[in-house]
Order: sequence, then C-alpha cells, then structure tokens
Amino acid sequence: MQAFTQHQGLVAPLDRPNVDTDAIIPKQFLKSIKRSGFGPNLFDEWRYLDRGEPGMDQARRPRNPNFVLNQERYLGASILLARENFGCGSSREHAPWALADFGFRAVIASSFADIFFNNCYKNGLLPIVLDSATVERLFRATEASPGFRLKVDLPAQRVVLPDGETLRFEIDPFRKHCLTNGLDDIGLTLQHAEVIREFEARRRAEQPWLF
Amino acid sequence: MPGQTLYDKLWNSHVVRTEADGTALLYIDRHYVHEVTSPQAFEGLRLAGRQPWRVGSMVATADHNTPTKDWQDGITDPISRTQVETLDDNIRAFGAKAYFPFRDRGQGIVHVIGPEQGATLPGMTVVCGDSHTSTHGALAALAFGIGTSEVEHVLATQCLLIKKAKSFLVRVEGVLARGCTAKDIALKLIGEIGTAGGTGCAIEFAGSAIRALSVEARMTLCNMAIEAGARAGMVAADDRTIKYVQGRPFAPRGADWERAVAYWRTLNSDADAVFDRVLELDAARIKPAVTWGTSPEMVASVSCKVPDPRKEADPVRREAMERALAYMGLTPNMPITDIKVDKVFIGSCTNSRLEDLREAAAVARGRRKADNVRQVLVVPGSGLVKTQAEAEGLDKVFLAAGFEWREPGCSMCLAMNDDRLEPGERCASTSNRNFEGRQGAGGRTHLVSPAMAAAAAIAGRFVDVREVV
Repeated sequence: MQAFTQHQGLVAPLDRPNVDTDAIIPKQFLKSIKRSGFGPNLFDEWRYLDRGEPGMDQARRPRNPNFVLNQERYLGASILLARENFGCGSSREHAPWALADFGFRAVIASSFADIFFNNCYKNGLLPIVLDSATVERLFRATEASPGFRLKVDLPAQRVVLPDGETLRFEIDPFRKHCLTNGLDDIGLTLQHAEVIREFEARRRAEQPWLF
Repeated sequence: MPGQTLYDKLWNSHVVRTEADGTALLYIDRHYVHEVTSPQAFEGLRLAGRQPWRVGSMVATADHNTPTKDWQDGITDPISRTQVETLDDNIRAFGAKAYFPFRDRGQGIVHVIGPEQGATLPGMTVVCGDSHTSTHGALAALAFGIGTSEVEHVLATQCLLIKKAKSFLVRVEGVLARGCTAKDIALKLIGEIGTAGGTGCAIEFAGSAIRALSVEARMTLCNMAIEAGARAGMVAADDRTIKYVQGRPFAPRGADWERAVAYWRTLNSDADAVFDRVLELDAARIKPAVTWGTSPEMVASVSCKVPDPRKEADPVRREAMERALAYMGLTPNMPITDIKVDKVFIGSCTNSRLEDLREAAAVARGRRKADNVRQVLVVPGSGLVKTQAEAEGLDKVFLAAGFEWREPGCSMCLAMNDDRLEPGERCASTSNRNFEGRQGAGGRTHLVSPAMAAAAAIAGRFVDVREVV
C-alpha cells in the first residue's frame, strides 16, 4: 500500500450530503476483475452526459460542464471536500479505488459511512473528519479563492490552510501507524498466526458445529 | 459488573487479541463470497503467495451479475461472464465449504441462501464483501459487510482488524397493524434517525413487536440496518430462531445440536445491560411506507404528501430535497397515492424470501396489473425459494396477474444484469436503496414492502395496501 505522510494539493468541493458509493462508481463498472482503471468512471453519471458503459473511449464522451470536477479551476484536484455521510451505501471498495485512481489522496468531510471509511485506509486514501462548521468554512474558502490548496500532515494530524491556520484531526493510532508506513496489514496479522491458531483450536473444541 | 448486551457477548467471544488502541483481531466463523467483490482479493492472495486460512469457512455463490431469464443461453454479457467464471476458477483452485454456482438449484442471493442452508448459525461472526451482510444478524449472529481488502484479509488470516462499535438498542413495542411489515419498521427507523443515524453503531432490534416477527421478517429488518448507517443489525435468539435453524443442511445435529441450542439460549442482552443509545418505536403507529427521494431517509407514510422543501430550515438539507424531487420528477405537496409507477420489482436480499412472495401473491391473487405498468418482475431470492413458491402455486398467481416469474438473483436491486430501469422510469421496488441511478441510470426508485409493491402493480399507482387486502 502507498504510504501517506504529507500531501499538499488543490481542493475540489462536492457540495452534497449523503454521497453514496453507487454515485462514486456506478454498478456497470464493478464487473472488472482488476483493482485499477476506475478513475475515468469516478462519479460517472454526474461527470458525463451520456450513459457510461465499460470499454467506452472516455475522451470522446460528452462531459457535464456543471459538474465540479469538470470545471477548469478544479482540474488536478487531489483533495476532495465533501459533506456528511460521504461514502454511504454499498461496501464496494471500487469507490476508494476510483477516487485514488482519479488522483485523490484525501477526502475531508464532517462524517463518513463506516465501510467506506475503512476501505479508504486500505488504499492509501486518507479520510479526514472535521466538524461541520469547519467543513462549511472550507467550502466557502474553496469557492471564494480559485487555486485553494490545503496541506495535510498525517504524522502531526493537521490540515494546514494557506494562511498558516492549522486544523487538528483525529485518527486511530493503529491506522495512523499502518498508513504512515504503508504497511500490509495481512502481514502484520500473520505475525500473530500462532495466537489465531490457538484461539481456533479452542473454539473448535468448544463449538465443533462451527467447523 | 453490569450485564452484557448481545453485541458484547458476540464480540467478546471472538476477540483473538487487542492492540493498545483498542483495535481488535476478531475471529471470523463464516465468510460468504460472491463474484463482484472477491476477484481482486483472490488475486491479492495469489500475488502474495498465500493460501486461504480455512476454506471450510467459505460459502460462495454467483448472484449479482447473473441473468434472471433464458438460463439456457448462459451469461451473454462477456464482462459479466468473465467475472462469474473467475469465481468458478477461484473456488475450483482454493475450495470452499459449499459453492452454489450459476444455474445450480441452490444458487441465489448470498444473504438468502446462507440462512436457508443453515450456513449462518446463532453466535457466529459472519462477513461478506457486501454491505447487506447485516441480514444474517437476524439469527443472533454478528454479521457485517466488508471491503475487498478485508475479504483478502479474512481469506488469509481468518480474522479482521476492527474496533468495537457503539451499542444501539432499537426497541419496538406493541402490535403492528395489518398490512404493516418489517420493511415498514425499517423505513420508519431510517426516516427517524437518518441514513447516518446508526453510523459507528451495532443495532440490536428488540421489543415485543420484534419477538413477534418471523425470522425471515427479522432478516428484512437487519438487512436495512446498513441503510441506517449501522454496519450490523441483530436480534436475540429465541424459540423462533432455533426452530428456523433446525434441520437445515449445515445446522448441527444430534449431541452437537443439544449443546448448540444450550449455548444459543444465552445469546440475548442481559436485563441490566447498558446500551450507548436507545430508541423506542411504537409498532401501532407504524404505517405502510413509501420513499419519495433518493435516500432511504426520504420516506413518508403512503397516506402522506410529498414534502415541501420550502418548509425545511436547514439549507444543505433543503437543497438535497430539491435535488431529489427534481430527479424523482415529483411536485411538493402532491399525495403519495397520486404517484404512478412504470415498473415494479419484487425481489432483493431485503424482500425475496418465501414469506415476501406470499405477501405479494396475497395482493395479486385474482387481480391483474394496471395497463400503465410496463413490467412487474418477481425474482425469488434463491432456487429453493423458487421451488417452494412454485409448490404453493405462487408462480401461477403472479403469471395470471401479468407479472413475470424469474430465476433467482440480485436482479434489478442494483441492475448489474439486464434487469434495469430506463431513464425516467419510475419503479415501486422491494429492494433497499433508492439512490440516483441505482436501478439503472436515470431510473426513479420508491422503496416499499412486497404487499405495497404488488398493490402498486395492480393499481398502477401507490395505494394503501390496508385498503386492498
């Protein structure tokens, strides 16, 4: 997994609550058996005016000029600013795959849905929770100043504004450790293989019907 | 020491070890696998040169991509076919406790076949790369959806790294009115607390109204816990639970059965257990529900009107309501019963079990679909549900009403196969999500119970099922 320490980037505002993973990456693109290549279809139904299907030449598709990621001032954005309950609905990890493949490294919102939140950490994509008043302020700042960039410092758990103001965010220590070091958590878990085996043997003896 | 909640009991019995910050290594008993969220996990396993920890924990099926008609033609969409064949290959290579491939008699929606086969048992931890895994909590199991990286983690280690959620008791007391169902309880709850209301929580459904529900109805309720933001929903084990499990193919037998039942009897919250949060609902006040927007929390009783965004004080919510009504093609203040439907879908892991089909058939019996309704799809949750429904003659009832009787699968709940809405089409659906484009790009979904869906098919618009049956 790609490690995350510090990142500075352009902010794109997606101003709607309850953005679901069906919207982030629609179902027809879930037929792929790969982990990569989902970026061109991120927010497909909002980004394009035609109906997207796998295998289409994305460059030739008509884009929705009103959608935020199609606007010139947000081209190259790597930090997504979103509203509450971002990533709700389906557990599809294709959602963070699509966001990361598109070029996002962090998503800032006042809250995230649980499964999406988890999935982000497995893919080097940092979900940052800030209180809703702060998120509201960031929306206004992003819209008011073209080229609005933020710096994210994971070891220090801070988001730094252009004027130097810092916003602290919380993260589980274990997740932070894995993400800053780009650790493969399967490898970490397998260091405890013996403990798992003992647990399993005990369980098998007590509740053999489970095996 | 205060008493334990059901969630505490299920959690504590599966913790292998705990990190300093409280992250637990949780042992997983049952791992359901389907074709959409597993290929990258198996590939990851191969690339790392790892083997599955315990293939006996795995039960697999193909459901999301599979067609629901013309099975003799196979899967004609080449990309879908590749995904299903990849699952075939992976199960052939690695093995599983059971595999129900495309066209197998036991094939069906993963959350329908698991309990049906007795592969989900009380006291288990159950995971699947699918958010509706919460369904299995109806059997007093700790069941939740995971992403593909976590699927790989479970394959490789039989465990998950996870932090304990908060406990949330939803107590429903009283008696449900005739025509009102578990689906209406679920939609009522989501309407009250919102789609993020249960975020970070494991919900236990309890109270006299829940005890009175069949196990299948409890599955409908737990299925929708994720739509309230909770990863897991659960119901304590009782006589109904035990009776449901008894005799199923993978259920314990003989002496094991007796030991298992004795343990399952302990799977409930202690009287003095303390929950982080409690919400009470009065069953008598629950009415048949219809969603009007593009999130399950945008819901009203069938006797209500479409709400008016101008009355919403919060600007973010108001804008979301306006956007939803524009997408849905609805006018504020119009009666819900004036909304006409183009299609009806009866199926999905929420509502495709035998009792759901019986409820729909009770409304459809001796009637015909309205002329303005182009298509009514009835998609049983599994091959076994289909066989049982046909033995009861339900297929004949549906066909006589002008409905289509299909092969099992996820179908138009998420429209990965050919069953889908065209842009602008409006659907009464027994599924779980009314998101934009969920049932097909531009499609408009209204979530309802099976009886309400059948009633909408007959009337051509939403009607209060209590006036029909």
